[in-house]
Amino acid sequence: MSQIEEISNLFSLKSNAMNIGAPLSSSRSVTVLLLSHSIPWTTRYNMAMEVTQILLNAQSIDGNVRKHAEDSIKQFQEQNLPSFLLSLSGELANDDKPVESRKLAGLILKNALDAKEQHRKFELVQSWVTLDSAVKAQIKTCLLQTLSSAVSDARSTASQVIAKIAGIELPQKQWPELIVSLLSNIHQQAPNVRQATLETLGYLCEEVSPNVVDQDQVNKILTAVVQGMNASEGNNDVRLAATRALYNALGFAHANFSNDMERDYIMRVVCEATLSPEVKIRQAAFECLVSISSTYYEKLAHYIQDIFNITAKAVREDEEPVALQAIEFWSSICDEEIDILEDYGGDFTGDSAIPCFYFIKQALPALVPMLLETLLKQEEDQDQDEGAWNIAMAGGTCLGLVARTVGDDIVPLVMPFIEENITKPEWRQREAATYAFGSILEGPSPDKLTPIVNVALTFMLTALTKDPNNHVKDTTAWTLGRIFEFLHGSTIDSPIITQANCQQIITVLLQSMKDVPNVAEKACGALYFLAQGFEEGGPSSPLTPFFQEIVQALLTVTHREDASESRLRTAAYETLNEVVRCSTDETATMVLHLVPIIMTELHKTLEGQKLSSDERERQSELQGLLCGCLQVIIQKLGSSEPTKYLFMQYADQIMELYLRVFACRSATVHEEAMLAIGALAYATGPDFAKYMPEFYKYLEMGLQNFEEYQVCAVTVGVVGDICRALEDQILPYCDGIMTQLLKNLSSNQLHRSVKPPIFSCFGDIALAIGENFEKYLMYAMPMLQSAAELSAHTSGADDDLVDYTNSLRNGILEAYSGIFQGFKNSPKTQLLIPFALHILQFLDSIYMEKDMDDVVMKTAVGVLGDLADTLGSNAGTLIQQSLSSKDFLDECLSSDDHLIKESAEWAKLAISRAISV
Amino acid sequence: MAPHDLRRPFKRAAISDQQRRRELSLQRQAQHRRDAQHQARCLASFLNPHSDPEPEPETTPEPEPEPTDSPKELDVRHASKLKGAEARKWFARQLMLPEWMIDVPDQLPQDWYVFARPAGKRCFVVSSNGTTVSRLRNGSMLHHFPSALPSGARTKDSSGSAQSYSILDCIFHELDQTYYVIDMVCWREYSLYDCTAEFRFFWLSSKLAETAYTGAVPYVKDGLLFYNKHAHYQTGNTPLALVWKDENCSQYVIDTDSKGQVPSQQQVVLELQDNGNLSTSDDPPVVFGCLDQAFIEQTESRSGNLLRFAIGDGGLNFVDGKLEKADLHYLGKSNRARAFADSYSKVMFQYMARHSPLRIDDLLASINSSNDQENKPSDVEMVG
Repeated sequence: MSQIEEISNLFSLKSNAMNIGAPLSSSRSVTVLLLSHSIPWTTRYNMAMEVTQILLNAQSIDGNVRKHAEDSIKQFQEQNLPSFLLSLSGELANDDKPVESRKLAGLILKNALDAKEQHRKFELVQSWVTLDSAVKAQIKTCLLQTLSSAVSDARSTASQVIAKIAGIELPQKQWPELIVSLLSNIHQQAPNVRQATLETLGYLCEEVSPNVVDQDQVNKILTAVVQGMNASEGNNDVRLAATRALYNALGFAHANFSNDMERDYIMRVVCEATLSPEVKIRQAAFECLVSISSTYYEKLAHYIQDIFNITAKAVREDEEPVALQAIEFWSSICDEEIDILEDYGGDFTGDSAIPCFYFIKQALPALVPMLLETLLKQEEDQDQDEGAWNIAMAGGTCLGLVARTVGDDIVPLVMPFIEENITKPEWRQREAATYAFGSILEGPSPDKLTPIVNVALTFMLTALTKDPNNHVKDTTAWTLGRIFEFLHGSTIDSPIITQANCQQIITVLLQSMKDVPNVAEKACGALYFLAQGFEEGGPSSPLTPFFQEIVQALLTVTHREDASESRLRTAAYETLNEVVRCSTDETATMVLHLVPIIMTELHKTLEGQKLSSDERERQSELQGLLCGCLQVIIQKLGSSEPTKYLFMQYADQIMELYLRVFACRSATVHEEAMLAIGALAYATGPDFAKYMPEFYKYLEMGLQNFEEYQVCAVTVGVVGDICRALEDQILPYCDGIMTQLLKNLSSNQLHRSVKPPIFSCFGDIALAIGENFEKYLMYAMPMLQSAAELSAHTSGADDDLVDYTNSLRNGILEAYSGIFQGFKNSPKTQLLIPFALHILQFLDSIYMEKDMDDVVMKTAVGVLGDLADTLGSNAGTLIQQSLSSKDFLDECLSSDDHLIKESAEWAKLAISRAISV
Repeated sequence: MAPHDLRRPFKRAAISDQQRRRELSLQRQAQHRRDAQHQARCLASFLNPHSDPEPEPETTPEPEPEPTDSPKELDVRHASKLKGAEARKWFARQLMLPEWMIDVPDQLPQDWYVFARPAGKRCFVVSSNGTTVSRLRNGSMLHHFPSALPSGARTKDSSGSAQSYSILDCIFHELDQTYYVIDMVCWREYSLYDCTAEFRFFWLSSKLAETAYTGAVPYVKDGLLFYNKHAHYQTGNTPLALVWKDENCSQYVIDTDSKGQVPSQQQVVLELQDNGNLSTSDDPPVVFGCLDQAFIEQTESRSGNLLRFAIGDGGLNFVDGKLEKADLHYLGKSNRARAFADSYSKVMFQYMARHSPLRIDDLLASINSSNDQENKPSDVEMVG
């Protein structure tokens, strides 16, 4: 069991022990199982006859028939699960049945074993595990038997169901005969059996983690798969299934890739498969190469020359699906090298486990011309088609990655192509040249690029106004955006935007915002980065003289009739947000004037007419944008005293508006509105209390929103904002909030990322209500303790888990800090004495673990001080005995991070007082 | 098994603005949580008498005062219980008196707090034993009232010890009958004398001089007060607290006489010394001139008298920044209510106000120029 599962399971166990008002999570899976024995389904349906018909009816074009059939299926499943699953597997295995009913039977069977949502999946797995073993055996027999069917759809569906069951059972060391039986199929004559078996092995490798299959069986699976891929395999279906199976099996092949002979063999077979006459096999083989490039990057040196030749040929000559995979191989190599070089960049010890082989740098002279050629293969309207992905797009994207990998070296290789093509009469050439230019702007040094950009800028501005081709204008505006993104800002030594050209740039961009939607969207994007570059510019911004004009132009864009195309409206609001964020005090009054304007817009969306679902969706999107924009404005105006004061005149109206927004159902809108209310609470301070009676129910709704966990997470953050704004005036709402937060922690349905902020929120509440937190201690402290124990050690965890563990620790520690500070000076301080030992041990153990990040370190040393400060001499001896009060404190005192140092000095002072008595 | 989707983001910013809004909100919340914790920590330390949580009253005796207490702290404990003349005498010596700003200190934006001084009477507010008393600069009582301060009123408040007391440095703002706390000497028995201003002013955000100057406040302004972050609370004149005014932020820039008129010539009050020297209230005193024995006898003046002079057209003359000569014209003895002679900085500020005032632009210019050097290590160890 992973650490995280342990944590959530532990929380759910704890949940039984506590109840502070509302019912805690119930166990739905148990309910289903009890019902399953109550009414035998067979007494009501003639199974053999009816199942087929119901399954066919469920695919009927007649909605009523379909609905009726779906209801019957659901009823059957709920009333008698074993018999339901048995009849489905029987249907799937029966060659006399129509293919449609067999396929659907398999699909329902599969869905009875797995689901996307974690908790639902858990329930389904539990109900399979508790199924009678004779029933399970019979189902498995049916499934394995189906692999020999003459009907390929039935075989394929059975493969997937088998893999799902394997995913449940192999980790439990059950169904040991499965792999043996599959491997024996491989030697059968019938190609359909071999094909289905390889497909099953492929799905199996996708479902099962490599560590549950022992190496001996891995070797046999890989042998079977690679043999199936070999050119000597005469049947293309078998060869394709084997190639696709290898893609999933690559994760199992670490030992085999470390063995030179076996690796050579696998690589030879994969490379040969890229030359197969069958396009699907070539495509699948290139997919394997892409996967190998990231999984076994460090093993590629020996093959890279051959692979270059194969991919270059594919990019130039093969069909698009194959060529795209061939380009993806190089993009993937770039990803790897960018990551490795980034690791190198941090410190020169070369800490990265994998060395960089500089494949891209070596391939550069051949790779760049190959990619430049692809740029000329644009599709006519690819910029208007959101789903488009073609060889020109893939090639340009790869070129951008190559630039990031090699930096300056790419510039001389691309410049001749740009110079040659950018003034050609054929639009494809002008667009390709511009796209090439835009692609290489990230990676090379500003020193290298600035002189070129200074020349190009005027050309680009002219092209954006005058070029007759939309595609060229789209790419030109995008390139301008990239110029501003990477070469404009306070970190760049020689500014490319000067007083002389600023006016022209803005005029051109605002003009372009009236162009067709896809061009206007890119112009908004360019303006976004233009504004961003002036963010740190001091009290005066070069955009100030144009502020009014820019804002007006952006608002005009949001009202364009065609603003919903090419996400133009979104881009306009996002740009407006950035312009506001980067504005200075000079334009504060203009930002203030935006408040009533945006409020009016939001108000309009609430004027309820009957809307179609399409219109409603569009309206929700607009509400989300407007709430987001208001939030940015509130945060901006709230960040300085004079503007906050002016802004407050609108607080009541805004709040009224938001309460109406909450009455609409849309996750994005709720999240945006919630974020805005957090900013509003901060700006309003204690006066926010007047909004609480009405707002509270939406706060509770947000905390209960497990499905859209972002809403939940944002709401938890807003509880913190409100605590700080209201202080002890939040008390009347705390029972409800704490109950919900404790429920959330106990739930295994809630996304794990929300749990650390909930702990921090305990701290916010305790700090706000002080000793009134007493009644929650008996629930909060045991939870904090068990979470602390689990987060103390990370040995063997991957980076993600270490990050998560650190965020969990930070939340736990912030909770402790808030609780200690909250109880300070209260006669109830003694209630915390029993927890001191555990907390100090927790601090010691995370110190020993040596994997704290800076944030945790700062919070941890702060807790040390808070404990000493609040408990004083009562904890003096315990503190003196702890490692934290010595080595850890010393380490923090000498930290370079001033936040750590500041907290450490505070802790030192508090400790010296505590132990001096 | 279908081919895998390999589309990558095309002509798109890597991060969505919504994600950015989320992250910025999280940053803001984290910052505010840090601030709240920082504030609580500073506050907690004030409130904490001596890191000894209240023991059960019946079972444990009151803790003895620690031997580590500074003498000053014992004074404070004692002082909170003083009454009448004794109290007047004690409190007359206790206020920290800012000097007038006659030149702009280095590191103004980094090392100094600033806030707009409320117009009104400077006083101490002392809460103890269920009542609150305010005392003026000379120690005399101003008001006597119940307050929400610790032990500031007779209530059945279970949370505070009946014995606790607080001493706050305030300005009484007549218009709304409000005491504005400008500094804290003692909170719930916890002496803050030995804490730096940075520590005492936890609740004040470090404002820009410009904001304090132009910003709206709920009271009538009387100049700006600057506090050096590193300075401890020090009784008497201190150069580590400074006051500055101009006509925009104060109605009282140039001193008025007893009739409320601005005299045509600047007036100064100096103390007569044994040797005939006329000196300021500074420690060490600055000598402005000397009276000969005949004049002293003629005016029946005695050593320690406070005498009032006008500064004539000859003005004040400086050599190398030191006062060399003052054109003083005797006016008479000063008002008896006065406890001290003028300080050097006050005389200078008044003199400059009449001739070449230190303007807000000078302050702002200094801030801007020192912003440029912000990164240089220039921490000055202050010994308050």
